[in-house]
Amino acid sequence: MTGETNVTSGTVPASRIEDFFTADPFALARAEKQALLGAELAVLTQHHRDHCGAYDAILASYGTTPPGGAGAPLIPVSQFKLHNLASVAPAQVFKTMTSSGTTGQAPSRIVLDADTARLQTRALARIVTSFIGPQRLPMLIIDNPATVKDRRTFSARGAGILGLMTFGRDHHYALTDETMAIDWPSIEAFAEKYAGQSILAFGFTFMVWKHLLQRLEAEGRRLPFENAILIHSGGWKKLEAEKVSNDQFKAVAQARAGFARVHNFYGMVEQTGSVFMECEAGRLHAPLFADIAFRDPVDWHELPAGQPGIVQVMSVLPRSYPGHSLLTEDLGELIGEDDCPCGRNGRTFRIHGRLAKAEVRGCSDTFTAPAAAPSHG
Amino acid sequence: MKALNEIFAEALMIDIGRVTDDLTYNSIPEWDSVAHMALIAELEGVYDIMLDTDDIIAMSTPAIARDILTKYGVAL
Repeated sequence: MTGETNVTSGTVPASRIEDFFTADPFALARAEKQALLGAELAVLTQHHRDHCGAYDAILASYGTTPPGGAGAPLIPVSQFKLHNLASVAPAQVFKTMTSSGTTGQAPSRIVLDADTARLQTRALARIVTSFIGPQRLPMLIIDNPATVKDRRTFSARGAGILGLMTFGRDHHYALTDETMAIDWPSIEAFAEKYAGQSILAFGFTFMVWKHLLQRLEAEGRRLPFENAILIHSGGWKKLEAEKVSNDQFKAVAQARAGFARVHNFYGMVEQTGSVFMECEAGRLHAPLFADIAFRDPVDWHELPAGQPGIVQVMSVLPRSYPGHSLLTEDLGELIGEDDCPCGRNGRTFRIHGRLAKAEVRGCSDTFTAPAAAPSHG
Repeated sequence: MKALNEIFAEALMIDIGRVTDDLTYNSIPEWDSVAHMALIAELEGVYDIMLDTDDIIAMSTPAIARDILTKYGVAL
């Protein structure tokens, strides 16, 4: 990957982004990580203040004690629904990502330039290959091919699948079409070809549970894989209604599909690339590219391990939009830092789910009132 | 055997005249992540190789692709 340094970090002066790619994504202990990460986030804060007027206005409205601290003040993700927040000229925008959006809400619009898109791809590769290795395994996608067919419309689901496809080869799809019927001929051909071998599977949590695992259970069938790896994401919201726990999900995945290793990951379209993967010990991990904190909803102070709070995510990747320090609409809690039984360093945590609507509105009000009032019309 | 530029043109579904050494991934709408996976599948099929993840990501121009393929023992 020689010759890329200037391409990726040249646009943000004082950025040390390449250092994040030379270190192992889970090796640095707290002091070392904070020195590198804190400096980079502060560089990005300044970069976005200089290049995004709306972002600068939000920060100016905070006064001297911004939530999240002076180095990386946080802004709520809802700001990307209310405003077009960009730190690059429109001509530099290569792609606009939209979140699937909770029903009744406007989707987030995240503008990507080529540099940021490339950093996302590279960071995701560093994180995922550190879990599954550099070899590309035969890959079963627990979705239907239509999800990635149309290149012009990029749903979060399609983008997620595309992002993960790089890590596999000989991609097969487990579902037929939008009806989500199981594609037995496709699965059987794939299974026959790679029976007894390690394979990689990816799908969104709900799709995997509802359209693969539950179907296998209902039909009393098993997939013939051994040591298969399943990566899944997308949240537990839909599964909570069905009272499915992570442990139960894993047990069925192992028993019915031979998915011996199951890695959930927590991520969002606003910070694509710097995902938080679940380790063998069942904890979500902050990689070197990112960090996480849990905030009190009243005064935004950071909560210690074991106390549920609103999730703040930080990432060193966003250059084309001011999304390096965001207050999400999720609830979660810190488990620990540099002390996971799996041996990886960094913060570990669990996610409890989405905040109730009233709570979200409360957060947004608190944050948007000063800066965003003019555009509320 | 198909020329490298020909493989690029077919996978990206663009005119072969547009395939230059410095054509860059993500710089034209036709060469997005979907087309990139199609390109990788085509390269692996034609040259009977299996690329590492890092090389797929690094393969951002035809010139770089040539360097990477050479590393895999492909005679171009």
